[in-house]
Amino acid sequence: MSGTITVNRETMEWRPGMTVADILEERRYTFKMLVIRVNGTLIKKDRWPDAAVPEGADVQVLHLMSGG
Amino acid sequence: MDYTALKAAHTLLKEYAYDLGTIERGYTNRTLYINLDDNTVKEKPVSEMMKKKFIGGKGFGLRLLWDAVTPTTKWNDPENELIISPGPIAGITQYSGTGKSLVVTLSPMTDIVIDSNVGGYFGPYLKFSGFDAIEIQGKAKKDVIIAIDGVEGRVTIEEAPDEPLDSHVLAEALTNMYAADADDRRNVAVVSAGSAADYCGIGMLNFSLFDVQRQEIRMKQAGRGGTGRVLRDKKIKAIVCRSPQLKGDMNNVVDMDAIKERGKRFNREIREFDDVQCRMRKVGTAHLMEIMDEYDLLPTHNFKFGNHPDIGRIDSHVWEDRFTPRSSDGCWYGCTMACAKVAEDFTVTTGPYKGDNVLVDGPEYESAAGLGPNIGVFDPDIILELNFYCDTYGLDTISFGTLTAFAMECYGMGILNKERTGGLELTFGNGQAALELIHQMSRGEGFGLIAGQGVRKMKRYFAEKGWGDPQIMQDIGMENKGLEYSQYVSKESLAQQGGYAMTNKGPQHDEAWLIFMDMVNKQIPTFEDKAEALHYFPMFRTWFGLMGLCKLPWNDVEPENNAETDEPAKVPEHVDNYVTIYNAVTGSHIDKQEMIRQSERVYNFQRIFNIRMGAGLRANDAQPYRAAGPVTAEEYESRADRYDKQLKDVLGLDPAAMTIEEKMAATRTYREDQYEKLLDAVYERRGWTPGGVPTIEHLKKIGMDLPELIEVVKPLLEK
Ligand code: SF4
Repeated sequence: MSGTITVNRETMEWRPGMTVADILEERRYTFKMLVIRVNGTLIKKDRWPDAAVPEGADVQVLHLMSGG
Repeated sequence: MDYTALKAAHTLLKEYAYDLGTIERGYTNRTLYINLDDNTVKEKPVSEMMKKKFIGGKGFGLRLLWDAVTPTTKWNDPENELIISPGPIAGITQYSGTGKSLVVTLSPMTDIVIDSNVGGYFGPYLKFSGFDAIEIQGKAKKDVIIAIDGVEGRVTIEEAPDEPLDSHVLAEALTNMYAADADDRRNVAVVSAGSAADYCGIGMLNFSLFDVQRQEIRMKQAGRGGTGRVLRDKKIKAIVCRSPQLKGDMNNVVDMDAIKERGKRFNREIREFDDVQCRMRKVGTAHLMEIMDEYDLLPTHNFKFGNHPDIGRIDSHVWEDRFTPRSSDGCWYGCTMACAKVAEDFTVTTGPYKGDNVLVDGPEYESAAGLGPNIGVFDPDIILELNFYCDTYGLDTISFGTLTAFAMECYGMGILNKERTGGLELTFGNGQAALELIHQMSRGEGFGLIAGQGVRKMKRYFAEKGWGDPQIMQDIGMENKGLEYSQYVSKESLAQQGGYAMTNKGPQHDEAWLIFMDMVNKQIPTFEDKAEALHYFPMFRTWFGLMGLCKLPWNDVEPENNAETDEPAKVPEHVDNYVTIYNAVTGSHIDKQEMIRQSERVYNFQRIFNIRMGAGLRANDAQPYRAAGPVTAEEYESRADRYDKQLKDVLGLDPAAMTIEEKMAATRTYREDQYEKLLDAVYERRGWTPGGVPTIEHLKKIGMDLPELIEVVKPLLEK
């Protein structure tokens, strides 16, 4: 059974074992300059592939500006 | 080209000798005034008050222009001025992005002030030659060149009948002509426009630099708002500056060690992170092509859509293959971000330079997007050729892209047809027609002459001819204040709609780029949040224009620990670098709050300048509906999920029970109302009335309650 998480204030389906990298892939967040917090805790880039996201988590994927 | 013969044909109209002077703490403390009506040349002192309130760069430009014009001055009146000013930081070489200058004038596109931030060597060289700004008023009777010799201490105005107008040949001729020898070419900088600037409101200025590694002349552009048209209206062929040889501390700064330390830190970031962040050294801002496409922000077919399946044909990897990166790809010395990329040996296939192998500066993202997907072109060779011709003819790539996209959509709607365009088949994707359009602009003929005046004037012209419904043209014509939109789709970001249409000069993204913060991150959900962002970022970014700085090193690379800071979007370490560098150059003691205050003063001055010229009010901040939502059914259907969801979740409507017309109408009413609410919130945050007028209390608070400003706002506040 799967629950949900919140990513940038939007509800997203959660599944067991889901990682930060999975979220980026599913949301097609391909931009490189990201700041990611799971329940307020900063997740550094080298941990994205294996950082597990718990059910119900509040995930913030901040895209920093560039270009513009 | 026989430079000696060209030079021999010059007639000296005026020679003015001056003392070379010194630069202290980033300022020469004088400006150079030239009037071409009677060939007056004089020096003007820079007061302490001017430095305190207006700082430099755009601030100096605004102050000088205010004093030169009246509320009824038009862009082509002799009293309009063309002002170029670097800022106090411009010309240091120990930190990246420190060689910019600002061009300020009344714009033929907007009839208000335009300011354009540009690289190339002219700004710093002007300062090294003794001046914090050059201010040119009046009109010459025949084509002239203004030459500033900062080695000899001499300004000349010379009639120059024979040089060609197009910038890639003109800049080369003048660099060779005014350099003492081949080695001295690096010390010569040329400002010129191009043949199309004789006819087109979208005429821009090229600022040259001599690329020592390539032994070639390259150019950076002051693109927006018709500065090149003003140059040519004054019958100036070019402004040339020959500078003394560059040395380590030309600005006589107060604390060079502090600047060097920040520079070293920044350079380490570039070395360590650029390859995994924005790849600016490899591909420049063109790295954004596929990112904007992925996030549905890449303007396609006149901003109708935000992506296209053919993006792979013109994405950053394609440009990486075309570019030949070198460490000299900076537009000023010492820039390790070095994003000013070059496509070498490009063979031109049309027009007067057909068959020539040329060097193309760029394309940067804006040019690639505007000359590419926005007009339906996905052929890199066409984009390069359009970019080359825009540059050498002196045309703004952004405006050219957006106005051509508008004309193409009009063509698709039947507002235009082959008869009305004089045979041009302006369908999306017809790159050859776009090239013919540009050649017509350079000759001042045919439909090119009409299109070259921009979207606003095209709308009027088509309506007067009875060719189309003015309302639909208003909706799809991507201009605000008379300036064409730059190349981002703002439809799904309310904050960016403000970031575009609430700008002082018109919809250029250099005040605020908030799309990620707003649309993707959902970081600024309330009107108050958006208003705060639309206060902070425009003020912060105004500061670059006061200083002579490039914005890109601020946030196109970020320090390793940026994510751990309180406000990563502001890149606090880089903000601190800027505060430190300003203090180290000038000996001031500002902090990051005073930095915003410095900008706020100039920003409000510019707003009131606009009001003085009959604009700058709420009505002038209105946006075309395409910037906010879907104008056509096709556009609605292409994002039906998104729009239907908004109707359902936000407005409590049942899209399944509505016709497409009803859905579009409900979406439009909602989005237009949201924008009005945004205006209210932002004006309040900026200390303005609901009509968009800065209040006297606010002007007092920021230390900008100058009598001439009060005189403009007072009658409006009393209403
Ligand atoms: S970052 Fe790019 S545009 Fe800015 S100064 Fe450096 S080379 Fe020029």
